[in-house]
Amino acid sequence: MGLRLKENPLAALAALAGLLIAASIALIFFYVPTDADQGFSQRIFYIHVPIALTAYAFFGWGAWKAFRHLWKREPGADLESYVAIHQGVIFGSLTLLTGSLWAKISWGHWWLWSESQLVLFLVLFLFYGAYFMLRYSVEPGPARANMCAVYAVFGVVLIPISFLAIRLANQLIHPVVFTLQGPQMAASMFLTFCVSLAAMLTLAATLFHVELAGKRIDSRLRELRELLA
Amino acid sequence: MTLAVTTAEKYVFAAYGVVFLVVLVYVLIIALKLGRLERELDELTGTVRERREAEAEQRKKVPVA
Repeated sequence: MGLRLKENPLAALAALAGLLIAASIALIFFYVPTDADQGFSQRIFYIHVPIALTAYAFFGWGAWKAFRHLWKREPGADLESYVAIHQGVIFGSLTLLTGSLWAKISWGHWWLWSESQLVLFLVLFLFYGAYFMLRYSVEPGPARANMCAVYAVFGVVLIPISFLAIRLANQLIHPVVFTLQGPQMAASMFLTFCVSLAAMLTLAATLFHVELAGKRIDSRLRELRELLA
Repeated sequence: MTLAVTTAEKYVFAAYGVVFLVVLVYVLIIALKLGRLERELDELTGTVRERREAEAEQRKKVPVA
């Protein structure tokens, strides 16, 4: 089994993701103390924030790959950018869903339009959602790859704005736990958060590689079909 | 004996459940896609095999000078 994992890094990554997810679930429900202010519902924090950060990371990765496509003409960078943005959109939708559930139990509302953090994340999510509309409205080829890359690179501007919005806004309904003074939480909570973040990033990386492998096989099969035609 | 579940617990389990469900649906979609790729690969392998057999037949028919 150990040898197989060495030969297949994707299987090793998937196994690591599974271990980290199990560890994070155990920490969240059996180790970390219940928050004195929010109570049991604060446990949504350990899944909502890592998912949101994973979405940001994949939007950023998608933009970086798009930049590499435009700058270095790196082969396969367009496909990697597309798959990364796809992962970002999946994790972005999960951020909105888990965030809505947390907002309902904490604030009594599913959504607050007055919260700039929420609205800016929605803008970022919709921006990258529209990426797919652009991609599937143009014929495959270098022109489509270039257009999509430019679009993805422009979107990256929204990431720091969305991330910093809460710190720049005056309303403080949305909690701020990471400040310049460090994480504003107990060490056990921070440990649980870090394990959850590692779990989400590893899970997303596994899904990214699985999807990418599928897309590459699909494209090679198409080429083979054309050669045999 | 009834298990009393608080509203907060319901929301927490809903949040974790929705993540699990989305990942499960994603894996299902990937599995379906892999199945399609496998079928396409089988089809292409069949096409190549048929062509090779046809070529071999052709070679048998053509007399060697």
